[in-house]
Amino acid sequence: MSLLKGIAEAFSLILTLDPYLTQIVLLSLQVSGLAVFFAALAGVPLGTYLGLKPQERTRFAGKLLYTLMGMPPVVAGLLFYLLFSRMGPFGVLGLLYTPTAMILAQFVLAVPIIAALTMIGIRSRGKDVQETARTLGAGRLLTAWTVVRESRFAISGAIVTGLGRVIAEVGAVMIVGGNIEGHTRVMTTAIVLETGKGNFELAVGLGLVLLIISFVINSLLYSFQGGGKEIA
Amino acid sequence: MPDKDIILEVKNLSKVFDKEVLNIKKLSFRRGKVYGIIGPSGSGKSTFLRLVNLLELPTKGKIYFKGEDISMNGRTDIPARREMTLVFQKPLLFRTSVEENIAYGLKARRFTKEEIKARVETLLEKVGLRDFAGRHAGTLSGGEAQRVALARAVAFEPALLLMDEPTANLDPSNVELIERLIMDLNRNTDMTIVMVTHNIFQARRVAQDVIFLHEGRIVEMGATEKMFTSPQDPRTRAFVDGRMIF
Amino acid sequence: MRVFFKLLCLTLAIILIGGCSNAPVDKGEVDKVDEFIILATTTSTYDSGLLDVLLPVFSQKYGTKVRVISQGTGQALETGKRGDADLLLVHDRASELQLVEEGHFTDRQDVMFNDFIVVGPSADPAGLKGIEKVTDAFTAIAFGGHTFVSRGDDSGTNRKELSLWEKAGIGDFKDWYLSVGQGMGDTLRMAGEKQAYTLTDRATYLSLKNSLDLEIVLEGDSLLFNQYGIMAVNPANHSHVKYESAVKFIDFLMSSEGQELIAFFQIGGEGLFFPGKGVDD
Repeated sequence: MSLLKGIAEAFSLILTLDPYLTQIVLLSLQVSGLAVFFAALAGVPLGTYLGLKPQERTRFAGKLLYTLMGMPPVVAGLLFYLLFSRMGPFGVLGLLYTPTAMILAQFVLAVPIIAALTMIGIRSRGKDVQETARTLGAGRLLTAWTVVRESRFAISGAIVTGLGRVIAEVGAVMIVGGNIEGHTRVMTTAIVLETGKGNFELAVGLGLVLLIISFVINSLLYSFQGGGKEIA
Repeated sequence: MPDKDIILEVKNLSKVFDKEVLNIKKLSFRRGKVYGIIGPSGSGKSTFLRLVNLLELPTKGKIYFKGEDISMNGRTDIPARREMTLVFQKPLLFRTSVEENIAYGLKARRFTKEEIKARVETLLEKVGLRDFAGRHAGTLSGGEAQRVALARAVAFEPALLLMDEPTANLDPSNVELIERLIMDLNRNTDMTIVMVTHNIFQARRVAQDVIFLHEGRIVEMGATEKMFTSPQDPRTRAFVDGRMIF
Repeated sequence: MRVFFKLLCLTLAIILIGGCSNAPVDKGEVDKVDEFIILATTTSTYDSGLLDVLLPVFSQKYGTKVRVISQGTGQALETGKRGDADLLLVHDRASELQLVEEGHFTDRQDVMFNDFIVVGPSADPAGLKGIEKVTDAFTAIAFGGHTFVSRGDDSGTNRKELSLWEKAGIGDFKDWYLSVGQGMGDTLRMAGEKQAYTLTDRATYLSLKNSLDLEIVLEGDSLLFNQYGIMAVNPANHSHVKYESAVKFIDFLMSSEGQELIAFFQIGGEGLFFPGKGVDD
């Protein structure tokens, strides 16, 4: 099979909204989207908190976050496999090979990214925003919200970076999801499988969708960064 | 009985970073007056303002606001904060419209929408930015930004307005405009204004009382004219004379 | 810029809502039909496409969906032992029988068999095409130093291959031997790219034949028969497993309907699996 022919067939799969492909793409977006949503709920406050602390006092937390940022997805997958397997401490929950387990594993991958990038973003301006808000009589909650809102470009960038990372990872979702058709099969695991089976059209099609999604994500990121600079 | 007219009083106030940067035995500020704090850089002027506004906690000593000790227990989230504000040398405007910036303190105090709109309009008029309400704060010049910051600070009519070199790096027309605003506030409200400045001419134009700080300590204080015409301490004289050459 | 922020929030919200509506829900059915069971099987079985024929018939009949995890044999056996699946369809008879003996699995049946084949480049540099016994063929590969690609993933095929080397008396693997740690499909593809020999199950080879530059160089040796077993995870070890549904599935595969479906399953006009038992005890 030539690459060109594969790409042509891939496009026709995408354009005709092939049900198998569509279903996989939607599940990917759901799993990674939810993982990132919850990761943002945890990571943005954590990053904001650390970003407002003096840098020398958060050195250890910073190092830890950077280390976790580089955690290979398969390691996160292995960790959750051991936790959620029936023999593991949380085995009774029956979560192995479910989308929930995939969301949890990707959540763990995304939190350090979102927290670390938020921390960096907040550091550049957050302290000044915090003090200004306080001089104007804002309480703790309003101050925190103002700091987050003022760093919204950096934070949006952090969230989008997290999404880009988890939607493209295969190690964790393969191990904890099991690549079950119609249930836990996402774009990356499907690409691995279809390549192995020689269904290159589908693999290339999914690869193209992944590239398109990645393009959209990075365009957003680019505009956030541009937006940040424009006004800073 | 505390003197009702004393809005702010500090006693034995000390702040130590790597070394002691501020040590004030006793200092009080009266309602409705404008104070100038002058002194060379590193003399502790900004630290003093930051301590009063509770952005930093004192290492030692007491700060009384309207007779209430606000330096206790390291608490920084207390109601008294809402009656004072601090304008920085380099103002930070929020990344929203000019209007939203000025309304910030009012919203924090739950003013009604109508009240906020009315006040914002009046203030924009006063700072000469009548048509700027919808402009994004990021598009303003330095002088315009400082005027917005000042409008934002006085919008909620604080009892104590602290200003840290508000006109440094501004062009003469903006300096004049801001000084006129301060004098207006002094004439029309009973706001107490404490202004840190390295510009002794400005202190002389605006302040009724002047405090001269040197290496964290008060060297001399008193009525402005007296300080400038007959300084008692040789260091004050040197500072005042040195500047008066040109 | 604010538009982007809102857009992001909106997107997340949509995903969140969508996610909720599609999330798996335990409906708490009143009858004893399980919503699904988990079948752990080997990649080669999965890739053959046989399950695509069998599972819909079973699901329609019993109302229970079968979620399939495809893994190497070693991993599939481990998955079952840990109770992370309800039943197993694998092909490593000796290990299976031993694990049943040890009480990890129960209700084991010899469900079907197929055969392994040795494939290689059409030029056949090791000259295997005239050889009948697989052990002789392996010896020829080793002594000639011809490239051999091994799955190296502890799968049933991999275990079979290792046992054949042992039977051939070869224990010294030099740089002609490539252990790649991949599934059968990927291993075949690599063998094709490298014009090397490999041991494969017939099913995977047939399904990939058209995209491979490899030919069958040896087949038919009884040592190459590959027995598949199906067995349920022992409910005595793992009380949560859906034992009854698992047994239903085993019974279905062993029924005449199931056995016929297996026998008539073809790829490119060739049958891949033979129902029942193909080896002697």
